[in-house]
Amino acid sequence: METNGNHRYRKFKNAAMNFVSVGCAVLVISPLGFILFYLLRQGVQALNWDFFTKLPAPVGQSGGGMGNAIAGTLELLALASLLGVPIGVLGGIYLAEYGRDRLNDWIRFWADVLNGVPSIVWGMVAYALAVVPFKTFSAYSGGLALGFIMIPLVLRTTEEVLVLVPRSYREAALALGLPQWKMIVRIVLPTAMKGVVTGVLLAMGRVAGETAPLLFTAFGNRYWSQHLTEPIAALPLQIFAYAISPYDDWHRQAWAGALVLIFLVFLLSAGVRIFSNRQKAGATS
Amino acid sequence: MSHHSDPAAALNQPPSRWGDRAFYGACLVGALSIGVLLLLVAYQLYHGSYLAREEFGWRFLVSSTWDPVEEQYGALPFIYGTFATSLIGLLIAVPLSVGTAIYLTELAPIRLRQPLVSVIEMLAAVPSVIWGLWGIFVLVPFLRADIYPFLQKTFGFLPLFQGPIYGIGVLTGGIIVAIMILPIVTSVSREVVRSVPNLQREAAYGLGATRWEVTRIAVLSYARRGIFGAAVLGLGRALGETMAITMVIGNSSDIAKSLFAPGYTMASVIANEFTEATTDRYLSALFEIGLVLLGFTILINIFAEMMIRAITTPETRRVA
Amino acid sequence: MPMSLEEKSIKPAALAPAHQATPAPVTEVRIQGPGQPAERKEEVVFDISDLSIYYGANQAVRNVTLQIHARSVTAIIGPSGCGKSTFLRTLNRMHELAPGARHTGVIRLQGEDLYARGVDPTLVRRRVGMVFQKSNPFPTMTIAENVLCGLRLNGVKDKQLLRERLEQSLRMAALWDEVKDHLHRPGTSLSGGQQQRLCIARALAVRPQIILMDEPCSALDPIATAKVEELIHELKRTYTIVIVTHNMQQAARVSDRTAFFYMGNLVEYAETRTIFMNPSNPQTEAYVSGRFG
Repeated sequence: METNGNHRYRKFKNAAMNFVSVGCAVLVISPLGFILFYLLRQGVQALNWDFFTKLPAPVGQSGGGMGNAIAGTLELLALASLLGVPIGVLGGIYLAEYGRDRLNDWIRFWADVLNGVPSIVWGMVAYALAVVPFKTFSAYSGGLALGFIMIPLVLRTTEEVLVLVPRSYREAALALGLPQWKMIVRIVLPTAMKGVVTGVLLAMGRVAGETAPLLFTAFGNRYWSQHLTEPIAALPLQIFAYAISPYDDWHRQAWAGALVLIFLVFLLSAGVRIFSNRQKAGATS
Repeated sequence: MSHHSDPAAALNQPPSRWGDRAFYGACLVGALSIGVLLLLVAYQLYHGSYLAREEFGWRFLVSSTWDPVEEQYGALPFIYGTFATSLIGLLIAVPLSVGTAIYLTELAPIRLRQPLVSVIEMLAAVPSVIWGLWGIFVLVPFLRADIYPFLQKTFGFLPLFQGPIYGIGVLTGGIIVAIMILPIVTSVSREVVRSVPNLQREAAYGLGATRWEVTRIAVLSYARRGIFGAAVLGLGRALGETMAITMVIGNSSDIAKSLFAPGYTMASVIANEFTEATTDRYLSALFEIGLVLLGFTILINIFAEMMIRAITTPETRRVA
Repeated sequence: MPMSLEEKSIKPAALAPAHQATPAPVTEVRIQGPGQPAERKEEVVFDISDLSIYYGANQAVRNVTLQIHARSVTAIIGPSGCGKSTFLRTLNRMHELAPGARHTGVIRLQGEDLYARGVDPTLVRRRVGMVFQKSNPFPTMTIAENVLCGLRLNGVKDKQLLRERLEQSLRMAALWDEVKDHLHRPGTSLSGGQQQRLCIARALAVRPQIILMDEPCSALDPIATAKVEELIHELKRTYTIVIVTHNMQQAARVSDRTAFFYMGNLVEYAETRTIFMNPSNPQTEAYVSGRFG
């Protein structure tokens, strides 16, 4: 039978470890609080109508805005999605509806590995493919790099939601004499559409915040881009450039840009949750 | 109401076989894109680094000279910096993440769990450049003024903590890497801890163990390999981390003993110098650094994925 | 669940068009007694000879020979795992979707080999419809869209025809009165029994000649079950029905002929009255008197 002392020690240790565990959780959660706090505090000051609509002011002058960077980010997102979404969704459909087990396992494995490749490497690939041959930085090359990042992401999320669609819907559709592709496109995909859209929005949110791959593809632009074959500004690029600059005004604008960027990213990722929750509440019993 | 043609005639037409074939083909192309991407990335980096590989061979990996003027390139400072910051990041992040995972699975009130998990997911969504921004203007001054002097006073006997304090540097890089990999290591650890069968816990409780003892004996030892896998996954993420580190590490290609000294990582040197590379050989050297970085990252990610697959069941596995 | 694309679709087979079955009169209601002896001469719809069905190396059904007659209800009974569902699924070429699926033997649908080279399985399935154990109306579609799905998605566009078929099918499934004012509601907003009748309407809308039912009432309460059984009585005036059921009383109530399967073998196949009152095979007798299964 254990002594009282031993028992008290064990109880103490238990309580201590509980405390440590809670402490860990607090430490892990707190950076988010810090970031949001500083973003709001520093960023709100520089937010005004000009910020959203004007071009950057010449070096050293105060004023101006990030209108072109915001527009540029949206354009780059569109380009990246044009590449990433169709290929990713179709690939996800392949993994969920066709294919052989062993091949599919391989594809899944390598897609997960690709998801871990540093984003700057994709920038280098896009540089070799789209910047060097045309001898210019461009929105296209930036969209290409970001699209490369999106493909394995969208592929895996699409597959994961399609697999959740119950088998009985597929059987019922086939039993009505539908060809397989129609069964997938008109029955399975619509059933899983919420999830597919969620995956796409999450991938877009991830890619919207990427800076490194754009450093030598989109490159940035102090003016409005007239054409997608020109270098284009982007929010993360602008934030980076301003942050490492020596000008206070630009630092303030960097915070404001960061606030806008994180708002965009959260909108994409969190909007997803609202979207899917509303659907759940609304329709089926 | 007579019809010349039967309105339901379509039912007798067999579906065109092109529909199935074309769709299947399109989906196959999508799936094969993974293979294409892999080959593409390997080839482009290999090809782009040709000049540097030709000239420097294996010396590239162990030489610590990085001199664009003399056109002598060696990757050692960056390899060192990458692994130093990643290691520091892991040392900080893994214990915190495991503690949080335990908290979330075993201790936290049920109603609190989902909100906390959502917070961690939001953390993961914060772009690297924003962490860097916060790092430069908030973290670095704080470390320089309050924490580092304390560290130097307490641990200054170690060469790691000697030397001038700038605020930026390898240690700061490591801290910011830690913050950035916390979400993924926490969420994977949480999946791992959750997947420990309750039988293990119940058996330990049945023997009269306290909650911590149950956790230590039943959960942690069972989940050890999974947590190791989470750490490796975090390492993979840390290796590729670019912007935040670039903004706080100081960008110096000297290898110093002190953690307070500025350093450089593979991703950072590419980020900073790519557009400045004036000669083909310079660019090629940067490509080779990219190749080395890719090599390390892919190897570690393969290892991590294999571990995760060996341990978790498909239901608990998520897209990392 | 990856499904193989191993379906032979090289050229369309010369199968009789699906829609030429006469639509049931929508207003008349006649009650027929259950299990009336079928003394009229009937055409054989399915002629199955020496059918053995496999999942890879596993044999699920052994050397079954039987014939299904037109406009009758044939019940397939037997304990779990005896191969009844597997057998049913070969009749509309759904079995081949399972991994490792194969069979030997011949199945003829109105004289033509169902599995001949060049036969398109999707056409087969438009002639041989299926209702499943658990009702599965498509969740993204309304009631009307569910019913018309088999028509619309197979290319039928004529609005007049679609409207007619919608009402006819729902009436045949005894669901029209209950849902005629709510056709725009989601298919999943109905009760379990209504959903199953919706699935029956959906299967009927393409006017198949044969309807296969795989334990259609096992997830339903007794009242809903009774409604579906009434339906089957009505439907058999126009359609040929093959129903798999583990409920012997249901088989006795509803079918004209019954086949008893055990461990993959067809033990006995005769008129329902015979099977239940006077079976020739002792195994059959043991099963129907409840001594096992």
